[in-house]
Amino acid sequence: MKLITAVVKPHRLDEIKEALQTFGVHGLTVTEASGYGRQRGHTEVYRGAEYTVDLVPKIRIEVLVEDDDAEQLIEVVVKAARTGKIGDGKVWSIPVDTAVRVRTGERGPDAL
Amino acid sequence: MAPAITLAAEAPTLSAANTGFMLICSALVMLMTPALAFFYGGMVRVKSTLNMLMMSFISLGIVTVLWVLYGFSMAFGTDSGSLIGWNSDWVGLSNIGLTELWDGYTIPVFVFLVFQMMFAILTPALISGALADRVKFTAWALFVALWVTVVYFPVAHWVWGAGGWAFELGVIDFAGGTAVHINAGAAALGVILVIGKRVGFKRDPMRPHSLPLVMLGAGLLWFGWFGFNAGSWLGNDDGVGALMFVNTQVATGAAVLGWLAYEKIRHGAFTTLGAASGAVSGLVAITPAGGAVSPLGAIAIGLIAGVVCAMAVGLKYKFGYDDSLDVVGVHMVGGILGSLLIGFFATGKGQSDVAGLFYGGGLDQLWKQCAGVFGVLAYSLVVSAVLAFLLDRTIGMRVSEDVEVAGIDQAEHAETAYDFSGAGGGAARTGTLPATPVAGAQSKKVDA
Repeated sequence: MKLITAVVKPHRLDEIKEALQTFGVHGLTVTEASGYGRQRGHTEVYRGAEYTVDLVPKIRIEVLVEDDDAEQLIEVVVKAARTGKIGDGKVWSIPVDTAVRVRTGERGPDAL
Repeated sequence: MAPAITLAAEAPTLSAANTGFMLICSALVMLMTPALAFFYGGMVRVKSTLNMLMMSFISLGIVTVLWVLYGFSMAFGTDSGSLIGWNSDWVGLSNIGLTELWDGYTIPVFVFLVFQMMFAILTPALISGALADRVKFTAWALFVALWVTVVYFPVAHWVWGAGGWAFELGVIDFAGGTAVHINAGAAALGVILVIGKRVGFKRDPMRPHSLPLVMLGAGLLWFGWFGFNAGSWLGNDDGVGALMFVNTQVATGAAVLGWLAYEKIRHGAFTTLGAASGAVSGLVAITPAGGAVSPLGAIAIGLIAGVVCAMAVGLKYKFGYDDSLDVVGVHMVGGILGSLLIGFFATGKGQSDVAGLFYGGGLDQLWKQCAGVFGVLAYSLVVSAVLAFLLDRTIGMRVSEDVEVAGIDQAEHAETAYDFSGAGGGAARTGTLPATPVAGAQSKKVDA
């Protein structure tokens, strides 16, 4: 199994969710995240005092998939997340030893 | 305030209309204190929101009681030496007849005293904005009690009490430009010069945590201010109260435009905080002046106040004093502007026949205004600094640095403003048992 993680622009979330559903993914986890890469923060002004906000809000999506689906799924996420502008984010995958469905105790691909 | 009606032939009789109007105005001014709490509360960081709200709210408790016990007597009782009043019948409000009229007016003493009570509550609350995030609640509560006793009650007497030196000199302060706003702003400056800056001032970002709360507070302040200003004529038999009402709206609208225009040119954006701050600066500036100027004069005063206050709030970074929420920059500066601009814009057709410089009058009124402004400013600044110094040396004014950094809400109030996490709360069946309850409190485990 692989764990696919995507850190993307918040407003792309619905597109990505739809694309993953079409692809046949049954579940995913979404977390609100913040960070920066090449896209740096912005400046805010309060009564004349300027503040640089370094960390940009992002959405972190995590999906567990079988090894064979991993490459294709990454493509699906990347396509749905892309706007072509700086700050579109990153997608990566890492191998996963095991997964357990809490309700039934099923393990491995059966748990997905 | 209105000069006493001086028709020798007939003494004023109770007016039900004015009495009803003034009771509503009193309730409007009461609303300004919680409104101010929201205005300030939204401007601090999440971790000190409750403390900021409570610093205003506690004034509703402390000053209400003190006003009944001796405050009203000190502020409005029989004058001694042009400095302070006293009337033993008014101590505890124990010997005032229900239909007894406030001398020379058409409303009962009880109505006048409750209206003025709300001013006494609001004024120390205004100071709290400069002291955000860092003052022990006990020290603040004591400060409020001492400050109203040695600063507000006497100053209210000077400005509004028969026999007070500023009142007798002819200083115009319709609704509290000097007695409330300059007084509170100067006190704030005095205290922060003693207690010092917040940890991380100028280094850490200290962004307002909730601008909608600030906007709500500013809106409610604006609303309550109609009572504060228009009510200060204590009735509306000659239309001056209505002129004040109109000018309150006009100057405030103009001040919003002034602040926003300055900000757009200087910093590139129309900010929400700028609009809210502009409104308050306009309200402050028209407070002393609104009964003496025309609506066009009110537009000028509002625009000037908006721009000048927007410039003044930057001074704290230059001079390095931590006026956290700009009490000096908005209330002291706005109050001074309004009080002095009367000397230029008074038409001579409003509350008095004294005209300002632009309406054919001389410099006479301007000098009187200067005397009122600087007398109150100097007294309040010095006495407030001394009070803060004495409290700091005895019980300590500030919380520890650790508490300040972690957030004063938890340490001083044992609460947090917001529960951001929906997680937890369902552990009854399998979770750990609650810790042994502390004496007098039910203890429950919360993972946040």
